[in-house]
Amino acid sequence: MKSLSEIETTVKRASRAAGYSWGIAEEVGKSIRLSELFGFPGIKHLNQYYQNKKKKNFDDIKLIDKINKSKGLSFCPITLGVNFIDQVKNIETLTKFSVEKLAYPLLLLPFLSRGSEIIGKKLLFSFDDSKFLLNFNVSISSNFWNKEIPVLANQVEISFLNNEDNFSNQDWKNLYKLAEDTFVEETDSLKEGAAGAGLTDND
Amino acid sequence: MNVELRDPNIIMKLSRLGSFHQSRLSFLRSFLNEFKDWDYRRDLFDLDKDGFGTAVYSFKKKDRIYSLICYANKINDDERSDRVIATKWDAAFTLHDGVPLKEDIERLRNEVPKQEVGRLSYKELTLSRANKSVRVFDHVVESLSNGLQPNLDLLEKVGYLYRTTAVYGSGKFGLADRFRIKNREEINGPFRLEMMLVYLVRQFTFDQVNHVAKNRNPKSAVKLDPKICRNLGIGNSTGLGMAPFIVNHPTLLNNWILSREVALKKIREIKIAETQDISLFQECVKNSLKNITSWNTENEYQLKKIKLLLKDVRKFIHFLENEFDFKKDYPFNEIYLWLEKETCEECIEYIVSIMMEPFGEIVQPLISQMSSEEEKYFNIPTERNVEDLKKILENKYSDILKIDFNKKDSNQKFWFISKNKEEPRLANRFEESGADLEQPLAIARDIKKLYERLLSLKNNLKINQFLIDNSDLRHVVRRAFIIENFPYSEIQDNTIGENIVPIDMLRLKLSFFGALKFDPRSDKWLRICMFQGAPLPNELKDYDEQWVYKTFS
Repeated sequence: MKSLSEIETTVKRASRAAGYSWGIAEEVGKSIRLSELFGFPGIKHLNQYYQNKKKKNFDDIKLIDKINKSKGLSFCPITLGVNFIDQVKNIETLTKFSVEKLAYPLLLLPFLSRGSEIIGKKLLFSFDDSKFLLNFNVSISSNFWNKEIPVLANQVEISFLNNEDNFSNQDWKNLYKLAEDTFVEETDSLKEGAAGAGLTDND
Repeated sequence: MNVELRDPNIIMKLSRLGSFHQSRLSFLRSFLNEFKDWDYRRDLFDLDKDGFGTAVYSFKKKDRIYSLICYANKINDDERSDRVIATKWDAAFTLHDGVPLKEDIERLRNEVPKQEVGRLSYKELTLSRANKSVRVFDHVVESLSNGLQPNLDLLEKVGYLYRTTAVYGSGKFGLADRFRIKNREEINGPFRLEMMLVYLVRQFTFDQVNHVAKNRNPKSAVKLDPKICRNLGIGNSTGLGMAPFIVNHPTLLNNWILSREVALKKIREIKIAETQDISLFQECVKNSLKNITSWNTENEYQLKKIKLLLKDVRKFIHFLENEFDFKKDYPFNEIYLWLEKETCEECIEYIVSIMMEPFGEIVQPLISQMSSEEEKYFNIPTERNVEDLKKILENKYSDILKIDFNKKDSNQKFWFISKNKEEPRLANRFEESGADLEQPLAIARDIKKLYERLLSLKNNLKINQFLIDNSDLRHVVRRAFIIENFPYSEIQDNTIGENIVPIDMLRLKLSFFGALKFDPRSDKWLRICMFQGAPLPNELKDYDEQWVYKTFS
């Protein structure tokens, strides 16, 4: 088994050799390491992408907009990923944005995961039938486990989710009531000696 | 009194960093301190009469066990090389997490001796190999087998029976990644498991030499005197492989240097020194003269430095004994100011290290702050603007911005990774090919380039916009925002200039390891000695913390 450290170093060097700057190569190294750590085939897709990149041109999204339309070529997931990390604080106000024709969408996944941590919000990444929920760079939930991930996503949507509970108020109340069964009723004499006792509220 | 931390623009110059010495903060000393109450055992010692075979040593505390597995192999003299191109070694080692099963020992027997071309698993933590100092090893075997202790003059000249040529950890060749073990309390300090490996290898060398001597002449052989063992360490040959590490780990570098600087600041702020602390300091300074006079090298650059160091330490001792009054307030601050004025860089840093000896209560808490969660500082704060970045560069890289990189001399070298051994190398860009594959280690040049590019831009331009069209400088933008909060994270010198002395970079790192007796063999590699004078494993429970200054060699 390759260690994550080996993965990061080799990806960084390979990315530089594929034509990215050292700074971008560092970002790709970190991201593919993360992808493999979460159990997604980052190395496999990066390898395919770099092989393809030698033969084919890809377009770059520089400034991310609400709708990012392709002019024919599919978009580079790495440039989009790095720019996403850089611009995430500006674009979270968009609530969601879409990308048409994204090459190797799996390669964007770890960048989105890192973005989720930067802004402290969960993100929903969906394309075709695939959905990935990115949880603050702590975990990734997906309906795509162990399936072949496509090398081209025709329509990608990334939504910034509000920080909300994913349970109902009633679920919480019921659980809280149960938790209260661990509390002990205090006597009056104990209340009199508790912190703040004896002071006036206006002192 | 508040003493300011020393200026990074002075301390982070290569000549100063290359004058650092081991101290109580050094990793091999903090390793011994951490593991002193662990149970040490030799679990397996299955060597043939010539000393070839397998051995296992362990440290155990509660449920945690670390085991060193040693494979000693027969090699021909013409196969023995300290260079990284070697493919065979006298012995190869790995530190295994837990108790190795028979299957582990067999699995590793096929991999560990192959080193870089072998594959380890997440159950192994560190990996190394070592070669005998044949001259010393054979002499010791010969002497012991004849019932005699070896010639101390010869041992003093060399200082070890074996020298390692690399110690790997942190995920190399399939070893466990640091994240798997980083929360273990006992390894809350850099390179602790690398230090454990070297320390246990040292014991293996003594056991092996005794074993061979005993087999050669069972009736009259004697064991190597423990006092002699204590004064032998493990040698190490180190090349440029180590140099990029300190550039590639800026927050870690900061935390090492900052710990040293905070220790010095706190010691200088002591108003009244206690008698026993004064005595210990003076004793260590005097005893340390032996470390300097027994420091052997044929390298002219180092010889000059040692000569100057010896002269200045003697001058300092004279000053302490004849002119200085420890009763005055803030005595260590006075001493430090005197050193700055009267002695060379090598001597200043030498005495700074010794100043820490009496003050374990200051040094000890700093040791746990010498690691770094580097991931936390990786993201660039892209919401900041060009004005912020320019100010950081002006404040934190002022000397670097003065370098003229249009001059050939300032731009003469380039760092690259050798295709043959995947190791870093340094070459002349005007004489060798490959500069187009340069590694991102020319930080000073790229910082200057970044600054020049920023000058023509609007101050309020956001960094995320700047990066869109300037991705070639992204690696230094990241570093600039790191140095803003980590003042000692950057070497304040040109690492590609004509006059760069790469061994300064090696010495910095090796001093934090706790190495002694730097012996440069060129400007690109050196030999050192580790654990010379250190207690033996069975003495760890009660040992003298100032053992470094009590070696007789």
